Amino acid sequence: MNTAAPRIKLACRNVWKVYGRRPAYYFDSRGYIIEPDALAERLRSEAHLPAVVDATFEVATGEIFVIMGLSGSGKSTLVRCLSRLVEPSAGEILLDGRDLLKATGKELIELRRHAMGMVFQNFGLLPHLTILGNVAFPLKIQGKPVKEREARAREMIALVGLEGRETSFPHQLSGGQQQRVGIARSLAVGPELWFLDEPFSALDPLIRRQMQDEFLRLQRMLKKTIVFITHDMAEAFRLADRLAIMRAGKIVQIGRPADIVLNPVDDYVAQFTEDMPLLRVIRAGDLAAPLNGAAVPDESIAADASLEDLIPRLASGVCEFSVKGEGAGPPALLTAGAVLAVLEREQTRRTRS
Amino acid sequence: MEPALLPWCSLIVLTALCLILKADLPWLVTFPKEWTLPLAAGVNAVTDTVVTVVQPAFRALSAALEAPMRGARLVLVWLPWPAVMLAVAALALKSSGVRLAVFAVLALGYILVAGYWPQSMSTLSLVLLAVPISTVLGFALGVLGHIRPGKCPVLLGALDLMQTVPAFAYLIPLLLLFGFGPVVGLIASAIYATPPMVRNTMLGLDRMPPDISEAGLMSGCTRRQQFWHVEVPTALPQILVGFNQTTMAALSMVIVAAIIGGFEDIGWEVLSSMRKAEFGQSILSGLVIALLAILIDRLTIGFARKRSTGPTAAMTWMTNRKLVMCLLLAVALAIAIRVLLPDETLLPASGLRMQVGGVNQWLLGLVRDYAWFFNGLRNGVLYCLLLPLRIGISGAAVPAIWGVAFSPMANVIYAVAALLASALLLHRFNWRPALALLVAGTLLYTGFLGFPWPVFILGIALLAFQVAGLPLALFAAAGFLLILVNGLWGALVQSLYLCTLAVLLGLVIGGALGVWAAYSERVSRILKPVCDTLQTMPQFVFLIPALMFFKVGEFTALIAIMLYAIVPPIRYVEHGLRHVRADVVEAVEQMGATPAQTLFQAKLPLALPVVMLGLNQTIMAALSMLAIAALVGTRDLGQAVYVALGKADAGMGLIAGLSIAFLAILADRLIQAAVAGNTSTI
Repeated sequence: MNTAAPRIKLACRNVWKVYGRRPAYYFDSRGYIIEPDALAERLRSEAHLPAVVDATFEVATGEIFVIMGLSGSGKSTLVRCLSRLVEPSAGEILLDGRDLLKATGKELIELRRHAMGMVFQNFGLLPHLTILGNVAFPLKIQGKPVKEREARAREMIALVGLEGRETSFPHQLSGGQQQRVGIARSLAVGPELWFLDEPFSALDPLIRRQMQDEFLRLQRMLKKTIVFITHDMAEAFRLADRLAIMRAGKIVQIGRPADIVLNPVDDYVAQFTEDMPLLRVIRAGDLAAPLNGAAVPDESIAADASLEDLIPRLASGVCEFSVKGEGAGPPALLTAGAVLAVLEREQTRRTRS
Repeated sequence: MEPALLPWCSLIVLTALCLILKADLPWLVTFPKEWTLPLAAGVNAVTDTVVTVVQPAFRALSAALEAPMRGARLVLVWLPWPAVMLAVAALALKSSGVRLAVFAVLALGYILVAGYWPQSMSTLSLVLLAVPISTVLGFALGVLGHIRPGKCPVLLGALDLMQTVPAFAYLIPLLLLFGFGPVVGLIASAIYATPPMVRNTMLGLDRMPPDISEAGLMSGCTRRQQFWHVEVPTALPQILVGFNQTTMAALSMVIVAAIIGGFEDIGWEVLSSMRKAEFGQSILSGLVIALLAILIDRLTIGFARKRSTGPTAAMTWMTNRKLVMCLLLAVALAIAIRVLLPDETLLPASGLRMQVGGVNQWLLGLVRDYAWFFNGLRNGVLYCLLLPLRIGISGAAVPAIWGVAFSPMANVIYAVAALLASALLLHRFNWRPALALLVAGTLLYTGFLGFPWPVFILGIALLAFQVAGLPLALFAAAGFLLILVNGLWGALVQSLYLCTLAVLLGLVIGGALGVWAAYSERVSRILKPVCDTLQTMPQFVFLIPALMFFKVGEFTALIAIMLYAIVPPIRYVEHGLRHVRADVVEAVEQMGATPAQTLFQAKLPLALPVVMLGLNQTIMAALSMLAIAALVGTRDLGQAVYVALGKADAGMGLIAGLSIAFLAILADRLIQAAVAGNTSTI
């Protein structure tokens, strides 16, 4: 959405993770180009498991980057490679331009203490600590004094809306509340980079929806750089600024949600995204064209409004909208024709399926 | 025909051959004395030389341990009972609330009134020293096993040995090394009590949820922080369960070790009153042990397990600070009493036990009056079950024992009936139960003593091979051969038959109770505390009632073993039946199965893996009780160990003890392999 080149926070270049007897054997020679599919094929035939195949992507500062795939597609392994909970077999991971894989044990601990936060699918709360103790835990590990860390922890607990539960123990909380604690804990050190590994997958659908809203609210406030893992397509399309779809360890497509539903790279992605309602995924900004000197229409709409929101106004007879650009950019033009074209496309998708 | 059946057929032919040749070649049945190897003597020679070399070091260690032991004993005996009671009640309040505190006061009050206070404190002082040693050692070994999984097989093997070799067997070398004294009991109980701590520490650390450990790492923990702040606290409940088991094992062993010690402690009281046939005293002192065991168990388990309903009011009231205050108060009270009343023991002048003459009379009278019942029961079981199993129907069916002799015709009828039943099983199911019946029939006919040993060894090895593969088969064959050449075959057979019978009876009775408990809430509620109590009881205690009613003999041993081994079948059968998948049961019921059909065709088969684990535990319990049961007169491996202890024959004691351990480990591996095979085929 941002037209100016965004600052890259995290870059992942040709990262591989291979499980097997001797994965290093396949990556020892420098300087020759690896053909990913061929190598993955060879690894599989030689009793190795390529969990992540040649993953390359960049995450801009303040962006929500969602990695989506079915279970076993390697997305959890990939996010663990990014935080080096799992040691990648090959590749480069650049955090603010520094190669994370070259960091020593001590540097890595420092990075984890200050630069990264992570939320886990099963919460990963320490059963013997209270909510306050859990949220303050990363600060305790850093050796911060009790008063300071408890004040900070209380602040975080208030942020996720759990005031009054400070002295409870994790097992006394519901799943949704436990995950709020997990979120508060991961934010306690004020990291810029935030990993969320299927954070809402263990929750009921209704709670999941609430937590997604909560998450978006937090992100609007905090503007973290986020890598979010999920297998839930609706969740992915709802939250993502950009989206990567993984299949059998490989990233098959990266793009904005609208790009992916409008231009799926292959049948797999097409089938995968078939049930996503276009009107909800595509936003006004995605269809806007430059004005090219035409007059600015009276009706205006925000770039991130979904087409669904537009329908009632179209029905009342408005044919053209001006779409407000980001920042100081000039407004763009959205015509009813473009929206109707999407509607038509949705119709053909429906009848085909 | 299945390939697995073929070797069994040749084995049957071999059995028949052996039985026919039995008269001409008696060595097929009784292993000749001339063939035994003097291994025990060799072991003794080696131990003697080693002991003379290392003895000074161990004696020094013994002296070093002696000091804290004496100190602990002096302190505990010095503490006046009101102080102890206050401290224990405070701990009980903190651990699990008012009810336990009341129980603690009552139990300690009983010990006081019964007149066993100094002895109990003596026992406790040994436990208090043995437990920290075992806990620290066990924790360290458990952590080692966790971080070096490569060392696990060695470690687990060592743990198996530590738990299955009867203590009597290693008491002799310990005596030689450390010299006579309570230190030996301390070391023995440390050996016996360490394994549960190791196992539970490993289990707790290995079962760490990955999310929690990753959360710790992502918080930026160093390796040390990760261990102490994340892994240990998360595994703590399991580690505390280990602590509870370790404490119970230490208590049990301290009491057993009293047999060689003869110190002023509670185990010795029980033993000596049992030897003097003072049943009143033995019951009073046995009750002291039982109460101590229950009290210590509930105290430690209360700290280990969070109750599902949350802490009681009393537990929350007793904060850590108040607990410390109470303990300090107890110390202050102790000092005050000792300073103000220096000459006052505060113990009742004449404990209950001094006045139990009447009780003794009454009990003896009871036993005498109902002798017809107890003797009838004993003789009935002896002649109908024990003897036929030991010397076989062919041996028992003589005028001297059964009053009748088997005519040749009856023998033929027996053989035909066995074959027919076997054929029926073959027709209805498959060859396995048919074969099992055939083996059981032969065994019943010849008796354990009359069964040819080559067939026996080959049969077990073959079974091990088919169930668990070649290594276990070789292990079985080697173990049995070792027992054979040491001239312990007779004792082995005695052990086998005693254990088999105890396990079978335990399984039938316990299994029936377990089924009943699975169907009836009330029975379950009644059985649960009974099982808890039976399980916390040191093995020693089981001898008292058995001895009282049935006098010395094999039947008494059988009852004692059975009492000790009956808990696992009750527990596991109930648990297995209650946790059968509900959807399967519903499906079966929906098809119109009667309750009996549901039980036998759906629930029991599904619960089989769990029941097998129960069987495993039963066998372990029976074998571990064997050495203790030797005290009431058996002729098995346990007795061999006990006799060796009396003669300070380290070699024979070790070999007989290892034989028991071998049986236990073999049974354990066989059953585990069978369960694994079963579940994998399902």
